[in-house]
Amino acid sequence: MKILVAVKRVVDYNVKIRVKADNSGVDLTNVKMSMNPFCEIAVEEAVRLKEKGVATEIVVVSIGPTTAQEQLRTALALGADRAILVESAEDLTSLAVAKLLKAVVDKEQPQLVILGKQAIDNDNNQTGQMLAALSGYGQGTFASKVDISGDSVAVTREVDGGAQTVSLKLPAIVTTDLRLNEPRYASLPNIMKAKKKPLEVLTPDALGVSTASTNKTVKVEAPAARSAGIKVKSVAELVEKLKNEAKVI
Amino acid sequence: MTILVIAEHDNKALAPATLNTVAAAAKIGGDVHVLVAGQGAGAVAEAAAKIAGVAKVLLADNAAYAHQLPENVAPLVAELGKGYSHILAAATSNGKNILPRVAAALDVDQISEIISVESADTFKRPIYAGNAIATVQSTAAVKVITVRATGFDPVAAEGGSAAVEAVGAAHDAGISSFVGEELAKSDRPELTAAKIVVSGGRGMQNGDNFKHLYALADKLGAAVGASRAAVDAGFVPNDMQVGQTGKIVAPQLYIAVGISGAIQHLAGMKDSKVIVAINKDEEAPIFQVADYGLVADLFEAIPELEKLV
Repeated sequence: MKILVAVKRVVDYNVKIRVKADNSGVDLTNVKMSMNPFCEIAVEEAVRLKEKGVATEIVVVSIGPTTAQEQLRTALALGADRAILVESAEDLTSLAVAKLLKAVVDKEQPQLVILGKQAIDNDNNQTGQMLAALSGYGQGTFASKVDISGDSVAVTREVDGGAQTVSLKLPAIVTTDLRLNEPRYASLPNIMKAKKKPLEVLTPDALGVSTASTNKTVKVEAPAARSAGIKVKSVAELVEKLKNEAKVI
Repeated sequence: MTILVIAEHDNKALAPATLNTVAAAAKIGGDVHVLVAGQGAGAVAEAAAKIAGVAKVLLADNAAYAHQLPENVAPLVAELGKGYSHILAAATSNGKNILPRVAAALDVDQISEIISVESADTFKRPIYAGNAIATVQSTAAVKVITVRATGFDPVAAEGGSAAVEAVGAAHDAGISSFVGEELAKSDRPELTAAKIVVSGGRGMQNGDNFKHLYALADKLGAAVGASRAAVDAGFVPNDMQVGQTGKIVAPQLYIAVGISGAIQHLAGMKDSKVIVAINKDEEAPIFQVADYGLVADLFEAIPELEKLV
């Protein structure tokens, strides 16, 4: 089967971000960018399915600026076969991204689409679910285990009280949680080989998708800072402070 | 304006997060209706009808909604939701699973995990693991929103007397089915609703050592949480994880034990009223957000703390 994996270029998870002084957004100039950690897990899962002989081709897609080609090359180095970039310089909402992915799904006809459960920049946790709704497919969100047999996929999901397993008819959409797998690193020879793998560039216009949105970000602020705390010398002092000063126990 | 709130429940009991979601709806203003979609969920609908400020309860009782599979519930919510100004759900694993599917069906953008209501169309939400707060305005005809429970004080569970109305519509997409579930059993308070949370990290060294935290938690009537490191190391199950990708908590008191304080962990607990850090590394970033820090070996400090509280 063919698997489509969506990846996003985001600020590296170790970066301590700064809000712009004019409150228009987050300052991303000269900040290290990487593949969203949940997308790495999505790529890894697809590669493992290919290694098991379940998948025959892995197509990786990203929607974003020209520079997102770096993240697509990373995915190719990890084992994806070819890449598609839907180039857009705008900051797109999850719905717009889902519509663009739907157009790619229509074009590629994958049996399984794997996405991360959320991107660590906007923390939306929407795109996979929206893509599932638009394509009319079942969704296995927050997956910690994916098991394909015949024309269905069993997905074990991380839910609030524990774990839940659902069975979905293929084609289906899966979004990855942290514990689905441990992503591998790209080796140098594979990084070199990835440079020769095909990378197709499309535009929203070419796909006939409108990226108009009903949401507008009015302002971005830094969160309120916590006032500095104190260090206590002993457990006895800590208990005394919690009882008499903070009055929380 | 009429607002539809999706009830969070397990077919037997209404989850407390529903009360926080109704509180957010009350801040927006207008009539509040609650939808209970499930199977054999009559008692949940009666509980929802008693919530202060709820004008009407819709009960969609059907086998297709038994496990709240989004393929079946989302078309129901989208169909009912067309007549509402806002559709709200708690940002629980159910709410996050279902609501974006509703938003896409209605062709509108969703606003995730709001922490405050500025006006009927403008909301605040954290981005970048809580390191920035975005103010977002929606022009959608139906505003689809998930609510972070810790951002809103719950409304009273009693005091209302709404009518319960049955909804006949049954949507069964037939593309998904429930196979099974494994729920963790715990007698302690629920993590996201607890007044006190005691969390352990990699410094706990192994799962067995969490017994020290359980003993302390039982004495305090607290819930027990964990950092991602403790979950990944297999010390505790992953539904105990607090952080950007786990649960978001904002208790009166959060005690972080053997947790260094990575950005992703802080995202889940830094709105706690009082934060206590116990760590033997005095350079640990957790001390930058802690109101009270104790540099000590946790294996000495925790038993002593348990004795003194």
